[in-house]
Amino acid sequence: MPNFSTNEFKPGLKVMLDNEPCSILENEYVKPGKGQAFNRVKLRNLRSGRVLEKTFKSGDSLEGADVLDIDLEYSYTDGEFWYFMDPNTFEQHSADKAAVADAEKWLKEQEKFEVTLFNGSPLTVTPPNFIELEITETDPGLKGDTAQGGSKPATLSTGAVVRVPLFLSEGEVIRVDTRSGEYVSRASKG
Amino acid sequence: MSEWEPSAGIYDLRARAAMLSEVRAFLSSRNVLEVDTPLLGQFAITDPNTELFEVATPDGARFLQSSPEYAMKRLLASGSGDIFQLGKVFRSGEHGGRHNPEFVMLEWYRVDWTHYQLMREVAELIAQTLRLSTWQIWSFEALLDHFCQINLHDATELELKVAAENAGIDVVGDLDKLDYLDLLMTHVVEPGIASWGLVFIVDFLEQQAALSRIIERGGNSVAARFEAYVHGVELANGYWEESDADVLVGRFEADNGLRASRGQPVREIDQRLISASRAGVPNCAGVAVGFDRLLMLVQGHSELAQVMPFSWPLA
Repeated sequence: MPNFSTNEFKPGLKVMLDNEPCSILENEYVKPGKGQAFNRVKLRNLRSGRVLEKTFKSGDSLEGADVLDIDLEYSYTDGEFWYFMDPNTFEQHSADKAAVADAEKWLKEQEKFEVTLFNGSPLTVTPPNFIELEITETDPGLKGDTAQGGSKPATLSTGAVVRVPLFLSEGEVIRVDTRSGEYVSRASKG
Repeated sequence: MSEWEPSAGIYDLRARAAMLSEVRAFLSSRNVLEVDTPLLGQFAITDPNTELFEVATPDGARFLQSSPEYAMKRLLASGSGDIFQLGKVFRSGEHGGRHNPEFVMLEWYRVDWTHYQLMREVAELIAQTLRLSTWQIWSFEALLDHFCQINLHDATELELKVAAENAGIDVVGDLDKLDYLDLLMTHVVEPGIASWGLVFIVDFLEQQAALSRIIERGGNSVAARFEAYVHGVELANGYWEESDADVLVGRFEADNGLRASRGQPVREIDQRLISASRAGVPNCAGVAVGFDRLLMLVQGHSELAQVMPFSWPLA
């Protein structure tokens, strides 16, 4: 990969820092009246998600990180790896537990997930912001109770547990915001 | 924002025009002569921390000047008396919220003045434009002690490294003592004095002298140099000028040594400045004020682009 100098540190650029792939978030140039200039840089470690604040001497450089975001369809898991397929090339990628992390509870077959590849292997898996899933387990629905107030836990087909309104029953499909883990609505009838 | 529109609004452009007139009047009324020296010079400064734009011309490479200093000193040596220049200067690679590679500098020289007399005049200009009537002078030593509990003169590289870490600064790469001082300046001192109004910082390390004289202060050799900060923004840099040709040659050669060791291009020494110094640059003090930064503060903005017709990305 090419090296990038501090003046090329634009938001979104992927670089290697301490052997970890990172994405540049912010880059501020500072210089005293006379003397050495610095760049105060905020980066996100793409593996851990942690945000780091580092200072570089202006003109210093970092190696670019071979990082690529692609949309892949989730296929299945064998318990050790989770398999994703590129719908265009049918190429299969296997993600380990660390890469799947919190996305595991949203993994629905044939659904598209944004997978960040680092040196060709999945580094992180990001679910779509909204996903439609079937309720597989919940207390019986209270027919006609569509008024506000009251909720109950419901287990979804992928294993995620979300709070849903009282009137919903097993077998119904709901729309969930994966960022907050909150129920949004009943799924639109297809 | 669409690409053709200016980065500054019309009110800021009017304020810009008014302030260009105001600073000219300020100096002209004090019998300081306006000059406009060439922007494309045959020589570049040797400062390892300043890079210039090189321009190919039919008569060979020229450099867009980072400051009118050398040409103005040749005028001073010729007997010009007090002079000022208000115009564009250029610094390659210096781009950020408070930096633009092309900017306006107000630079002036006062014959037979020391930097202390010049600080007073800078304070008067700032009092007039920014309505700031009080100011204070701190030595760099006192400021470092105040904010970092570090002794400027005795501190080792390790102590400076620890001070930077204690301030929560996470540095990638190796720094030397001067780098650490610059780091503490930009990351700790500047934010620390942001609520102090106008602050002059004086008595920098000998190695930070640039073209200022070396004087004695409390048993230490320090640079007769000042930096003016308003609300933590660096506005001006002034010297009681070193005019000894041999001392200047020694500093330029040291700069070039550092340039060579860092893999930067070595700069040919401006022999016309050296000849002028041998002929006699008068005892004088000089200062360079970042005009756009001053205007930014006057207008209550936080970014230079807000007071420039077209900032670097739009130029």
